[in-house]
Amino acid sequence: MSNVIGIGAAPRRKEDFRFLTGRGNYVADIKRADMAFGVFIRSQHGHAVIRGIDTAPALALPGVQAVLTGDDVAADGLGSMPCGWGIHGSDGLPMKEPPFPMLAQGKVRFVGDMIAFVVADTLELARAAAEAVVIDYEVLPAVVGVLEAVRPGAPQLFDDVPNNLCCDWELGDKAAVATAFRKAAHVARLSLVNNRLIGNPMEPRAAIAEYNGGTGHYTLWTTSQFPHVVRFLMSALVLNIPEQKMRVVAPDVGGGFGVKQFHYGEEAVITWAARRVGRPVKWVADRSEGFVSDRHGRDHVTEAELALDQNGKFLALKVVTSANMGGYLSTFGPNIPTNLYAPLLSGVYTTPAIYCNVKVVFTNTVPVDAYRGAGRPEATFVVERLVDVAAAEMGIDRVELRRRNIIPKESYPYQTPVLVEYDSGDPMGCLEGALTAADVAGFAERKAKSERDGKFRGLGFSTYVEACGLAPSRFAGRLGARGGLYESATVRVHPTGQVTVLIGTHNHGQGHETTFAQIVSEKLGVAFDNVDIVFGDTDRVQFGMGTYGSRSLVVGGAALAKASEKVVVKGKKIAAHLLEASEQDIQFEAGVFSVAGTDRTKTFQEIAGAAYVPHNYPLEVLEPGLEEQAYYDPVNFTYPGGCHIAEAEIDPETGIVTLEKYTAVDDVGTVINPMIVEGQLHGGIVQGIGQALYENAVYDDVSGQLLSGSLMDYCMPRADHLPNMTVKTHSTLCTHTPMGVKGCGEVGTIGSPAAVINAVVDALSHLGVQHVDMPATPNRIWRVIQNAAMPRAAE
Amino acid sequence: MIVSFTLNGRSRTVDVEPATLVADLLRENLNLTGTHVGCDTSQCGACVVLFNGEAVKSCTLLAPMLDGGTLTTIEGLSGPGGSNALHPMQEAFHQNHGLQCGFCTPGMVMTAVALATKNPTPTEAEVRHGLEGNICRCTGYQNIVASVLAGAAAMHAPGIGE
Repeated sequence: MSNVIGIGAAPRRKEDFRFLTGRGNYVADIKRADMAFGVFIRSQHGHAVIRGIDTAPALALPGVQAVLTGDDVAADGLGSMPCGWGIHGSDGLPMKEPPFPMLAQGKVRFVGDMIAFVVADTLELARAAAEAVVIDYEVLPAVVGVLEAVRPGAPQLFDDVPNNLCCDWELGDKAAVATAFRKAAHVARLSLVNNRLIGNPMEPRAAIAEYNGGTGHYTLWTTSQFPHVVRFLMSALVLNIPEQKMRVVAPDVGGGFGVKQFHYGEEAVITWAARRVGRPVKWVADRSEGFVSDRHGRDHVTEAELALDQNGKFLALKVVTSANMGGYLSTFGPNIPTNLYAPLLSGVYTTPAIYCNVKVVFTNTVPVDAYRGAGRPEATFVVERLVDVAAAEMGIDRVELRRRNIIPKESYPYQTPVLVEYDSGDPMGCLEGALTAADVAGFAERKAKSERDGKFRGLGFSTYVEACGLAPSRFAGRLGARGGLYESATVRVHPTGQVTVLIGTHNHGQGHETTFAQIVSEKLGVAFDNVDIVFGDTDRVQFGMGTYGSRSLVVGGAALAKASEKVVVKGKKIAAHLLEASEQDIQFEAGVFSVAGTDRTKTFQEIAGAAYVPHNYPLEVLEPGLEEQAYYDPVNFTYPGGCHIAEAEIDPETGIVTLEKYTAVDDVGTVINPMIVEGQLHGGIVQGIGQALYENAVYDDVSGQLLSGSLMDYCMPRADHLPNMTVKTHSTLCTHTPMGVKGCGEVGTIGSPAAVINAVVDALSHLGVQHVDMPATPNRIWRVIQNAAMPRAAE
Repeated sequence: MIVSFTLNGRSRTVDVEPATLVADLLRENLNLTGTHVGCDTSQCGACVVLFNGEAVKSCTLLAPMLDGGTLTTIEGLSGPGGSNALHPMQEAFHQNHGLQCGFCTPGMVMTAVALATKNPTPTEAEVRHGLEGNICRCTGYQNIVASVLAGAAAMHAPGIGE
């Protein structure tokens, strides 16, 4: 059949046309008849007791339908926002898990915490009414930093969480690490901060809910990466609605990056409010509102030590991290700085002993959860910075030190000392490829030119690995997951032979409508144009865990491949009947069923037609129709990785860091669509560059106010900040996913911050600089240079 | 108040509150939801339209300012009517994978059209500078820059009428 576009091709994206012509269907674009508008009243204080809420002045205004508060939530017996992970501390006790009410109950714990929801006939009336609600606060001292929060005398967020410590978690062999440190020829030490980030997908969060009083059905349109999970959590655990009466639709979603992979209180409040007011209710977040309510990312303070022998062989790694959870536990919150962090401290190295202790801490800040990379960029930053520190201290070349410790290709599968087994990889191959692609050989000349121009130039390396394709359910369950992490796909072949795929992942920029169609086109020999991918609607798609953790192709694509193979199996049975041959003799290739060794054939289209018009069909042994479904639960994580090399120039007069070159050679396994993979790497890398050079969520220590609360204060990377990147792949095949894929959504973000900061530190190394915290802003770098230039006091 | 202007090649008269932002007028009153709103501080550029040929953030215009003017939104870029033809800049974004989630795309494309109209042969640096007022979180800009360069060339290629 013509127009088969399979694995490895780069067709232009199916989804582009509607976006390019302004015909996308984002939640904020949706209008429902007679809809009302909602505005959330959010805490203006980081920490306060709510002594009272006077809603009467608002309710007296025209057009106001409802002002809902925490008292109404309690009166209706609604549940708390659930956390999807329950981890345990080193003492064996479960983490502290205080309730997370959808509207505050007596106390607010961060600026942006929701207090009330106002519904009115228009947005303007709702805003005016929100202004009229009087909140009587008793302001309490706030604490925003992880180290400050656990100190004696710190403000306490919860009565039953002493010292704001949610969990004191550990992984690894502490005794073995201590022994190795005693034998070490050298110990490299580093204190670092992993800066707090705000994901800022360009589409602000939004939701519309409506309730059908005739059938008792609810519909929620929401900007979500996982509508089925929202439906499950909200119906079963928060609103107590029968799951079958709840439809959740996530239509076109304008970027996620993790920010939209949580069940947010707003979703529950709006759904509940739609029934209470008897009309559809719409809410669209302002960007400013997003800054104080979208879940934040990162925010670690870490002490790390690497023990080496005299030849630079890594003997052991010890890491102690304090991780900020914010004011409450979000959906994946406690999983991120623990299970998605500590196992990655092994990196691509043969470090035999690793111990990691993570203090998971509540503070008066927005809840912290997964943001693109989620735990793995933090781990990579610790390891790759520490390797550079060790190299500098021991006088070993940074690349040579990496070579001495990298896991050789032939040692895979490789069991790390921290839970995971890497199935495949070739980090040395990625490193060598990147050295060539980045023209590292020519660096000295470029550095000399910079010096002549009065500039400092540096080169930074990051050889790294990640764990993604979340996740093997049984393994995740042992780590504390409260749900499964499989994926599902249905391949619905129509009587014409055209195909609709119903899949549980969610496409919000990743190009699934194209990539998944290529898989079906390849597997079934159906024209690429004849395959449509449906996602994001719980009434259309059977079930799904959604899109996050670089899982869509790895887990969802595997389910799709499996379902496609089931279609072929059934098609062979039908073909055997039609061709009067034995099923074992039927071959299927390029969309044609044939009897081996003969010229007797049936096309895929003919088989589909026979399945739906079963006049000549083995009805006694085979059901009509051609639609197959598969669930796929991976047996392991996948381990993409690679080598990133950043080259930066610093102007000592201004402290401005200019990224001159960026090179990435990544192992993402089988590449289905190289154009889309490259785009994913570009975007991921720039988010990592953003963390390294520009982005920082800053809270005022005393008041708990978010100081970087708008796009004027929080610096997002712009086109003129960046060089053209060189992105290549050096793939080994995943040994356990059906197509050998590993995933590519997060690799860029994971490898890049360390590469950039290593380049910045290298550029400043002649001044004795060993470390620079992120973001390396002009202000920070200028101060580093000035301090280094100052004569030091006698010691 | 009554405001009359040319919208996507056709005359249009609306009765609108004077304090209405053009971004809201388009989205809420005229159902032209291709123009997006991504921030509240005129930083993101998702709402860029062409007003009298200039790229303008429609969140910085009030509806009465349209009176007598010419407004083009992403829906009208390839010409009036239900044509499925793409403008050369839209086609360049498609060919160069210059979009992912699509949310910043309308503003990017409108900005790019204005940029390439004024500067038919921009350099990469000029394109990067010209996109400074538009934020994209997905693409890392590399393919957007490639799209704008290709789109500018296509807009001014022989045989493509203005």
